[in-house]
Amino acid sequence: MAKSALLKSSIAKKVAMALSGLFLMLFLAQHFFINMTSVFSSDTFNSISHYMGNNPLVQFVIQPILIVGVIFHFIMGFVLDFKNRSARPIAYAKNNGAANSSWASRNMIVTGSVVLAFIALHFYDFWFPEMVYKYVDVSPLNETRYFHEMTEKFESPVRTALYSISFLLLSLHLWHGFNSSFQSVGFNNKYSKSLHTLGYAFAIVVPFGFIFIALFHHFNH
Amino acid sequence: MKLTLKIWRQKNAAAEGKIVEYPIDHIEPDMSFLEMLDILNDELIMKGDEPVAFDHDCREGICGMCSLYINGEAHGPDRGVTTCQLHMRMFKDGDTIFIEPFRAKAFPVIKDLVVDRSSFDRIQHAGGFISVNTSGNTIDANTIPINKKDADDAFDAAACIGCGACVASCKNSSAMLFVAAKVSQYALLPQGRIEATDRVLNMVSQMDAEGFGNCTNTGACEVECPKGISLENIARMNREYMSASLKG
Repeated sequence: MAKSALLKSSIAKKVAMALSGLFLMLFLAQHFFINMTSVFSSDTFNSISHYMGNNPLVQFVIQPILIVGVIFHFIMGFVLDFKNRSARPIAYAKNNGAANSSWASRNMIVTGSVVLAFIALHFYDFWFPEMVYKYVDVSPLNETRYFHEMTEKFESPVRTALYSISFLLLSLHLWHGFNSSFQSVGFNNKYSKSLHTLGYAFAIVVPFGFIFIALFHHFNH
Repeated sequence: MKLTLKIWRQKNAAAEGKIVEYPIDHIEPDMSFLEMLDILNDELIMKGDEPVAFDHDCREGICGMCSLYINGEAHGPDRGVTTCQLHMRMFKDGDTIFIEPFRAKAFPVIKDLVVDRSSFDRIQHAGGFISVNTSGNTIDANTIPINKKDADDAFDAAACIGCGACVASCKNSSAMLFVAAKVSQYALLPQGRIEATDRVLNMVSQMDAEGFGNCTNTGACEVECPKGISLENIARMNREYMSASLKG
């Protein structure tokens, strides 16, 4: 089969969306565990953050892959949504979507767009200042700055609220996205029921864990 | 029962359509939905109006000819049935019922509630078959032992009647459940494995060319399918397709 035909095919796009989604969920999980250490120990959080921020493999290999993954997932999401909408030029006068599917599954583009807006805010808050600190200003290494930089951001009730709302929407995105990713890559067998339970747990524990961390620092610092 | 019907009327494929309201009375709960439409059409004909065009054939739920999007669901609010097997007992006296054609770019309206589902035929022509030598030396299929689970799964997939409820129900107008059922019913059997690679590539390629949307795993198709075709078939098709692409 011609490579161009494969790249254009609906199934290849679906699998690519799933693989990028699975990769982003892995990233989310490690980010969650690192952030959670900030609740228990500022020193641990600082040392892990310093390692992640200065390890060449993380900075120059994993980070670019992650950024490409995020951009790909969002662009492909919008492209597919546009194509899917055009596959039904005349809408139903009455459509009962709730009768056969979850709200989360029907509104991935809505929840995904909110997550995209959140990522923009997150980059503005943390990623851009970090890049400027390290690579533009070339400021001296400081292993103890990370915890303070984070808690400072969560002093604002508006920002804490925006973070919390975004993670609620991320929870809904993952509620469908986790299990949908496995279905897309062809995983549907006797283990799927257990996997679904794990997916729903992931969609609750991780986003609500992030909300807990934001609220914890808001009320404690 | 006294009902208000809101039905999509469209003179022909080129004309603009619109929802037209029809009051109807003396409907028995034991009538089928299509009998109710027959009564409406009798009344329209008696009044000299154009009857509502809708597809139907066997009225036994096996031919896949009837369609209709009823109150926001393909084949109406009941489960595991086609529109011909939907009964008026599923509705209450005084209800308003929306009746629309299956909507998709790949299912253009021909007239009123009748849509052109020949895109499904073209997908079938692209690979929904096995090539068998019928010169007189045909080997009986039953001489090849087949694992019971595979035989059952293939049979379940083959239950698809190609009605298009999956496309109509999917928010993306995706035909993946239909194509997956057709791919699976052969992929699971030794007779179908011989052409499995070409089959999945050709059928998916034709599906994409017809302008169906992409599957986002909402699962609406599985819920609304009158034959209970499982999403497992879509996962199998995805595996078959990716493995066929890598081989090719």
